[in-house]
Amino acid sequence: MPSSISVRDLRKRYGDVNAVDGVSIEVAAGEFFGILGPNGAGKTTTLEIIEGLRKPDDGEVRVLGLAAWPRNPRLLPRIGVQLQSSSFFERLTAREQIRTFASLYGVGAKRADEMLEVVGLAGQAGLQTEKLSGGQAQRLSIACALVHDPELLFLDEPTGSLDPQARRNLWDLLRQISGSGRTVVLTTHHMDEAESLCDQVAIMDHGKILKSGPPAALVRELDQPVKISVQSGLVSPEDAAEAGGTDDGVTLTIATTEPADVLSWLARHNALTGLRVQGATLEDVFLSVTGREYRA
Amino acid sequence: MKLASLSRAMFLGFVRDRTALFFSILLPVLFLLFFGTIYKNTSTPKIDLITVGQVSLIREAIAASPGQLGKILSVTHSHSLSAALALVRKGTDDAAVLQHGNHLVLRYSIADQTKASIVTSVIGSIVQDANQAGHPAVFSLSASQVQDKSLKTIQYFTPGLLGWALASGATFGSAITLVSWRQNKLLRRLRLSPVGTGEIVTARIGISVAIGLIQMAVFLAIATLPYFGLKLTYAWWMAIPLVVCGILAFMSIGLLVGAVAKTQQAATSIANIIILPMAFLGGAFLPLDFAPQWVRDVSYALPLSYLVTGMQDVMARGEGPLSALPAIGILLAFTAVVTAIAVRVFRWDDV
Repeated sequence: MPSSISVRDLRKRYGDVNAVDGVSIEVAAGEFFGILGPNGAGKTTTLEIIEGLRKPDDGEVRVLGLAAWPRNPRLLPRIGVQLQSSSFFERLTAREQIRTFASLYGVGAKRADEMLEVVGLAGQAGLQTEKLSGGQAQRLSIACALVHDPELLFLDEPTGSLDPQARRNLWDLLRQISGSGRTVVLTTHHMDEAESLCDQVAIMDHGKILKSGPPAALVRELDQPVKISVQSGLVSPEDAAEAGGTDDGVTLTIATTEPADVLSWLARHNALTGLRVQGATLEDVFLSVTGREYRA
Repeated sequence: MKLASLSRAMFLGFVRDRTALFFSILLPVLFLLFFGTIYKNTSTPKIDLITVGQVSLIREAIAASPGQLGKILSVTHSHSLSAALALVRKGTDDAAVLQHGNHLVLRYSIADQTKASIVTSVIGSIVQDANQAGHPAVFSLSASQVQDKSLKTIQYFTPGLLGWALASGATFGSAITLVSWRQNKLLRRLRLSPVGTGEIVTARIGISVAIGLIQMAVFLAIATLPYFGLKLTYAWWMAIPLVVCGILAFMSIGLLVGAVAKTQQAATSIANIIILPMAFLGGAFLPLDFAPQWVRDVSYALPLSYLVTGMQDVMARGEGPLSALPAIGILLAFTAVVTAIAVRVFRWDDV
């Protein structure tokens, strides 16, 4: 498969800080690619270099087969960018907003109105963007990024400040966008988001990529015990202790690398009420590679 | 098409911004209404006319209809033409008339356009009546205006307040747009779209000029109402290129402010610090004619004074179209220098 993005050994220094320190990324066409990392890990700088906003100190960047730097007018119509905050013209309605962006790409008003429909904002078309909810504003900014039908879409923390309903709603939209064969690059620090949406992720910290691959593969690779939990008091405390479980009076939890044995043992005791089986998540992978210490 | 839609977006952003509308149009207009009203001469205009030497025709005419002409003309006598003209120049009297045989010479001040037109038509009709009444002699009249530098209130307040309105509109408009677009990352978003910097700048200039011409039209429409009585002199249209160049000059200041300021509040404060003193020192609020020498010296360094005096010259003083060219040249040179500095400190991003 041809690469949408090909980055080799990218470096960028700010004073004494290596913001990006030897990053290499390959994103295949049609892939949903996530760049994960704590704040200050270098993901935004990496993304800005790929988008052509910044000049790398060193390294090679090809986007859709073209050089991203200096600002490349042949590349810009083929990429779509949604920025962290909703970047709109002041005091325009949703419809005026997307039509303005459309015309910057030589796209007509009809297609712009269709995009409003696609992101479910047809009902808010006449509303000024300052009056949209966070989720609506975010969907509008994605619609504005997609209005010229780009091959490659960049999303920078699209669900940042949204409530759970709005997040799920946006995920559905993003899956739909990716399903249409477009390449999507996402930065986020919500691991559930990356796990749910991305085909491939790269975990960054201190300007380096620490781990990359499909989320499920990274989780399996971690080889963490599975946590099996049931309602408390279904097996005798002695049996529970023998099976290596801990009981907090509400829930009996057993951590194991042999879940089949534990499950059949619980089944034999007819003790499956309230059963939950929790494997490791991408968050565990993330914390295991970036460390658990708090960062201000 | 890109240019049109960018311009449209900027224009809608402006007209929907009540604060901007208030400060750039309504507030200056309120000032104009206020000053125009409190300084307005509300009495019916009586013309102070000086007769120099023997002016038999006027004396006879007044004697013939003291009721009518006596109400309009208040006549004093003088023996010296130069003394009479000095009084007219100062604005103490409105016109002087003298008679050489059958020829009348009228010299009048244009400080008050209404009085100027009344005195020329009154003296004109006296001469005409005398000729029609079959006097033995045929009289003739030559009328000309006295070189008069003093301006009436509305004549300096209109260009002055308009200059201030244009200066703050253009400066605040470009400074705040630049800062807020950088803050909400629209600047960066536009940079990632196939739109050139030139198109964005052109659209912004177009909109600022359009807003400025709207301000000018509103001002002139109000000031020329009979109630305020501004009469534009013949080369007033030269004020249009002057206004355009003035807007460019103040946009360049706004661009520099927007490049330096990090937040909108900072941009507003810096722009105020620049514009407000300039309005006082540059002759926008107080006419430079009455200002102390040091203020006049300072005003040579201020672009606003060139805009305001340039407009006064062509709109109210009756100077020719070419008189605006030096001011236009200075404003354009100022624009070039400030823009060059602004471009050097300009940032696309906060970081």
